[in-house]
Amino acid sequence: MGVLELLLETGFWVATVRMATPLLFGTLGELICERAGVLNLGIEGIMAAGCMGGWCWVYLGGSLWGAVLFAAAVGAALGLVHALFTVHLGLSQHVTGLGITMLASALSSFAFRMLLPKATTPPKIVPFAAMDIPGLSSIPLLGPVLFGQTPLTLLALAALGVTAWVLYRTPAGLALRMAGENPMAVESQGLSVHAIRTVAVMAGSALMAVGGAFLTLAAFDAYYIGMVNGRGWICIALVVFASWRPGKALLGALLFAAFDAVQMRVQQQSGLAIPYQVYLMMPYVFSIVALVVMSRRAAYPAALLVPFRKGER
Amino acid sequence: MRIEPREQPSLALTVLAPVLAVGVALALCSLLIWLSGTSPARALGLLLKGSLGSTFALTETLTRATPLIFTGLAAAVAFRAKLWNIGAEGQLYAGAAMATWLGTGMLDLPAWLMVPTLFLAGALAGGLLLLGPTLLKTRLAVDEVVTTLLLNFVVLLAVNWLVFGPWKDPMAMGWPQAAPVVDAAVLAPMVAKTRLHWGFVVALACAVGAWAVIRFSTWGLEIRAVGHSERASRFAGIPVGRAVLRTALLSGGLAGMAGVSELAGLKGYLTLDLSPGFGYSGIVVAMLAALHPLGVVAAALFVAVISIGADSMSRSLEISNYIADVATALSLLAVLVSMLAPRWRIRWR
Repeated sequence: MGVLELLLETGFWVATVRMATPLLFGTLGELICERAGVLNLGIEGIMAAGCMGGWCWVYLGGSLWGAVLFAAAVGAALGLVHALFTVHLGLSQHVTGLGITMLASALSSFAFRMLLPKATTPPKIVPFAAMDIPGLSSIPLLGPVLFGQTPLTLLALAALGVTAWVLYRTPAGLALRMAGENPMAVESQGLSVHAIRTVAVMAGSALMAVGGAFLTLAAFDAYYIGMVNGRGWICIALVVFASWRPGKALLGALLFAAFDAVQMRVQQQSGLAIPYQVYLMMPYVFSIVALVVMSRRAAYPAALLVPFRKGER
Repeated sequence: MRIEPREQPSLALTVLAPVLAVGVALALCSLLIWLSGTSPARALGLLLKGSLGSTFALTETLTRATPLIFTGLAAAVAFRAKLWNIGAEGQLYAGAAMATWLGTGMLDLPAWLMVPTLFLAGALAGGLLLLGPTLLKTRLAVDEVVTTLLLNFVVLLAVNWLVFGPWKDPMAMGWPQAAPVVDAAVLAPMVAKTRLHWGFVVALACAVGAWAVIRFSTWGLEIRAVGHSERASRFAGIPVGRAVLRTALLSGGLAGMAGVSELAGLKGYLTLDLSPGFGYSGIVVAMLAALHPLGVVAAALFVAVISIGADSMSRSLEISNYIADVATALSLLAVLVSMLAPRWRIRWR
């Protein structure tokens, strides 16, 4: 099968957009945190917690949309912990983030095992179904690719729009970006850097958790320990790739998902000249290459990783 | 009452703070155990009995502490120089793969030469693996946290390919594992009929060595200076780039030795479950030890007690052994906060 044929195939694009959805949520979430000046390495664990929280909510009888909200709340709570440690206490953002990842992943696995001590196969839930919007879904190519998805994909695109609008068109967004570039200036405007950063990290973490919840609520129908499988780390690379801009985050997420989709198709073909592990490596190698290429002109938020203390410069 | 900064950190608090923090973490875990309907006292008793209560339990704990000392040291020396090496997991597998390549028939050496050769080669593999991200950091300012992390996945997939493909042992009944290392490469058990092997002593020696290097050598001074302030070090004429690269070789090398020790001392052959995340636990160990190489030994023992004890406890009680991961993660966060304590004092007025 040639590359051109693949690109013309609707199924390939449907799969790409589906796989891009959790990456888009995660990348947007990380982008919001970093724009406010806080690196959030808790993302891998926060996604795992969202994954488990969302599944748990439905498994215990809740609704699917309730599960999305619950996952967001879990994410925001973990974000609050990260913010308390890094923003208010000024602790190392690297180490705190890793600690959050470890804690959230361990708590998710622990809760899952305590909930189902004896299950050998993870119980299934009924996930979000693909939408069928009369009229829109029947548009050739665009219909199934965009509107034949689960509602969470549209939610991700809406989140992208809202994030971009807030960041660039509202005073709150300006204050948030200033907190990441020049916190002193924010303080001189009579605003609190600590408050802005806390809210940003909580909101960003909520988005990450919803990205994790997408995995159990829309992509798969059960929870597996370790199912986030590095997606969070890829999102961190994607933020650099996107040069901290929401629009480019969409581009990056789609590019990576397309790569993943190609990799899966190639894997299924028999008579492989290259071992399938090489294809599985590609997203990670690609992330590193993207980091190297982009870092040359990377415009890191100037105050990223720098704790802010009132009255100090 | 008010809280104000101290000029000189209090020594008593510096020592007491981490102990207190671990106490808080264990209290939080007890709460979790209590919430899941078991008596925390009984669970803790079983945990201690399972990790320290018998000769067998004790040797199991020391066996578990061995790779944690190596990876803890790897994180500690790197973090000292503000080199955020999160890739110890990949470096561990790189060391193990190197030892497999050389140790399964490639080299024919007597044991007294074979074992040191494998350790050196494994260290070299781990060190070189970290050299790449470090060069990207010093030359192109690419953040090493993400690159070292992503490399873990790449290395694990490479090992996956090796044990499913070219290195697959035809005698392993279809299991994805490489051929066992030759007898000369096996680390002998230290205590008969237990799994405790001489890798533990190598790990202790490395801890003392790393402490001596950091404390007494010029190189150690450079590591500490760069970690303290890169700008000031540059100003003082320290070759910052070279110091960081050497630190990378040392850090990656220690992580690579963890892989050799696990392979030659415990498993005997390369598999994908050689490490249940020792690279990541090493970061916790290093932080618990406040990045002090000798403290790493104590911290590794603590983490080993928790994980071996939790395994044993979860077999007798209906509590998932993931409680060990929860406890170590909580300890990490609590210790982070506690490290602030010595620098502040409470004034009563």
